[in-house]
Amino acid sequence: MLDGASDGAGRMLGYAASILAALILVSMALMVPAVVDGRPVLFALDWAPSLGISLAFMVDGLSLIFGLLISGIGSLIFLYATGYMGDHPQFGRFVLFLFAFMVSMLGLVLARDLITLFLFWELTSITSYLLIGFDHDNPRARRNALQAMLVTAGGGLALLAGFILIGTAAGGYDLAQILAGPGLQDSNLYGAILVLVLLGAFTKSAQFPFHFWLPNAMAAPTPVSAYLHSATMVKAGVYLLARLHPALGGTIAWSMALTTAGAVTAVLASVLAMRQGDLKQALAYTTLMALGTITMLLAGAHPYALTAAVTFLIIHSLYKASLFMVVGAVDHGTGTRDVGQLGGLGRAMPLTALAAVLACASMAGLPPMIGWIGKELIYAGAETMTAAPFVAAAAVAANALMFAVAGIIALRPFFGAPVATPHPPHEAPWQMLAGPVILALGGLVVGVLAQPLLGSVVGSALTGSLLQDRAAGLHLWAGFNRAFVLSLLTFTLGVMLYLMRDRFAALVDPVLRRLPSLDDGWDRLLDGLRVLAAWQTRVLQTGRLTAYLMAVFAVVALALGLTIIRTRPEIAMELPRSAFLWLTAIFTAAGAVLALNTHSRIAAIAGIGTVGIGVAVIFIYAGAPDVATTQLMVETLSAVMFAIAALRLPGITERRSPRRQMAHGVVALTTGLCVTAIILSVTASPLDRSITSYFEENSYALAHGLNIVNVVLVDFRAFDTFGELIVVLLASFGAYAVLKRKRRAGP
Amino acid sequence: MNSLILSVGARFLTGLFLLFSLFVLLRGHNSPGGGFIGGLIGAAGFVLYSFAAGVEDARRALRVDPRAIGVWGMAIAVLSGLASALAGLDPFTGLWLILADLALSTVLVFDIGVYLAVFGAILTLVFALEETV
Repeated sequence: MLDGASDGAGRMLGYAASILAALILVSMALMVPAVVDGRPVLFALDWAPSLGISLAFMVDGLSLIFGLLISGIGSLIFLYATGYMGDHPQFGRFVLFLFAFMVSMLGLVLARDLITLFLFWELTSITSYLLIGFDHDNPRARRNALQAMLVTAGGGLALLAGFILIGTAAGGYDLAQILAGPGLQDSNLYGAILVLVLLGAFTKSAQFPFHFWLPNAMAAPTPVSAYLHSATMVKAGVYLLARLHPALGGTIAWSMALTTAGAVTAVLASVLAMRQGDLKQALAYTTLMALGTITMLLAGAHPYALTAAVTFLIIHSLYKASLFMVVGAVDHGTGTRDVGQLGGLGRAMPLTALAAVLACASMAGLPPMIGWIGKELIYAGAETMTAAPFVAAAAVAANALMFAVAGIIALRPFFGAPVATPHPPHEAPWQMLAGPVILALGGLVVGVLAQPLLGSVVGSALTGSLLQDRAAGLHLWAGFNRAFVLSLLTFTLGVMLYLMRDRFAALVDPVLRRLPSLDDGWDRLLDGLRVLAAWQTRVLQTGRLTAYLMAVFAVVALALGLTIIRTRPEIAMELPRSAFLWLTAIFTAAGAVLALNTHSRIAAIAGIGTVGIGVAVIFIYAGAPDVATTQLMVETLSAVMFAIAALRLPGITERRSPRRQMAHGVVALTTGLCVTAIILSVTASPLDRSITSYFEENSYALAHGLNIVNVVLVDFRAFDTFGELIVVLLASFGAYAVLKRKRRAGP
Repeated sequence: MNSLILSVGARFLTGLFLLFSLFVLLRGHNSPGGGFIGGLIGAAGFVLYSFAAGVEDARRALRVDPRAIGVWGMAIAVLSGLASALAGLDPFTGLWLILADLALSTVLVFDIGVYLAVFGAILTLVFALEETV
């Protein structure tokens, strides 16, 4: 049904999803006034009250910004995807996955309960796996999708542990309470919480050394890359860092970890971005740079640094989604996205070129785009941080490189002499133009009108969510200060890098080639895991019943033996006077000796049966006819089953080496001695008869039965009996299935 | 197995086993016995018959696939357990109907379910073993 897209139903689905996302955008926008007034919207539903977990949501400044970006860009992406791949036979499935992703992402940023947040966090990992691997005929796409999921979901597990520790330290999972509380920086769990939460955030936001999965995720169809790997999923980690900033931030460990990871990621990624021929790969690396920069800024604790982080996050979402869609349009219009094969497209694709130039101007940080304000704020914020010179240097280097990359992406494909492309360039359909043009123009509009449009929302994120006393203003002209000087320096360096990009390449390429590849390291890690799994399966799952029994009984003997040695229970032994019992005991022991010493399986079965019957006789003597009858029947039937199987097995003799016999003997004797000791110690202490007398008193009064054993089985403990019935049936059906399958597979 | 005594004796013994197993099942509430033991005894009767006459004959004599018997036993046990829910009590609470000297209950129905489940499970296993090995 969902795959029947060829008749236009898929396209309708794409439009419907787009409209739905737009409606979400409108409803989120309606909450803006309340949130700006400092009244976050709360909503909660009990989920697992006994664990203190609820399905709770909260719209405050920070989550509102994310919600607006996710639903707004989502709406444009659905439109774009309809133009880009509406004819794909599985477009319906694609829309479903993408919509599921959008909902998970909204849930993640709106969650007010840590466990709810985690649930949506993992849902984004799973849906992104489906989206990256959407081209499932391609082994590379499958491999990269799996890599992305394993890295982010692995981090997710660490995150869950971190959340549980936060819940322990803060006394609950309610984010609103945790954030309003005194913070966790002084908790003695702080170190563990920080490591675990950072593992989760860094894997999700692809921070060094977990950055390798993001460029590989470009195996996804372009609308997915534009959505997940620019505006949304990779921002989840950054969102989490911002969200928990009041509770975890402000310490030296926090600031060092975030500064280092962010700065390394930003600089390394922007160098790599310069060196990509594939436009989409280049954008993937610039995304890493942006994530690194935001992480680095979140290390700070000053309103300037945090305003810069929040603002840059918005800026980046706008221009990066637009640029990804531009690259998709170029790919669609020419058949290639290799920058070396493109040139002079401006005439054939004027609107795409317009979007590219505007978005790249924002990325390069040119006034009057919003990107300019962002860059000024980054420099102003960097000055307030602990490692100011280091942060400022890293930011200037990354921004200058970004300027050069923006130049490459905006200028080389669209201007200069036309180059012959795989097919003659043509403009994209309107669905594919709406997104990039609107977002790029948006970058210009909010740049000119920054303070009136964004000021109040960013302000409420800062004061309401990050608990700062104020936010920095968003102004195109903030005066002639150090940030302005650094901006000019960035432009100079950027222009130089753009003009001398060939020499730059000659300089860095030999170094880059020598860097160890984490991506290959990942493959080796997985190979190692496979070898380990195969090895431990070979060692533990030998398929030999004797080995399993040995393991089971050795563990039993060890556990019981150690307990007995440690507790030294009192043992009472009173030898029976009855000759009948002595005879039975001899008879039983003789059965065991026979089973041990015979070379015929039938004789061994008879020996074991003798032991069982001896036990039954003892039960009768002790006044338990029910148990004795059951024992007899079970013994008879198991002897029958053993016999059926044993008739087909080879003799016992050939497998008995003395060493193995010795080991078996030791384990068997120890187990037997331990069990005997425990039984003797149980009889040494007086029996607690309270349960027995309860059943004696109530068996007839409540259950109209004189046979207590049966009354307990079918009435007082009927549900337990029912469980046992399920076990018995399942065991026998399982054996049936195994037996019948073998028969069919045989000759 | 080619034993005249066994094949002649088994025909009588199987019937006796079955009768005895029903007796054990029904008396279980007040004297030694019950569904579990009853099921084992009944199954033993048919195992004996399968030795004497072969699995195919035993299956034919049983008429119903033992797997189905086991599942029906389970279903009866569940239904008897849920019957009390209709009366507004917790599941698996016994309901009693006392007619003069005769006490009828959902507990007995449950025990019959136990009997059938055990009977079916054992025979499923033994027949499959005999056919395969």
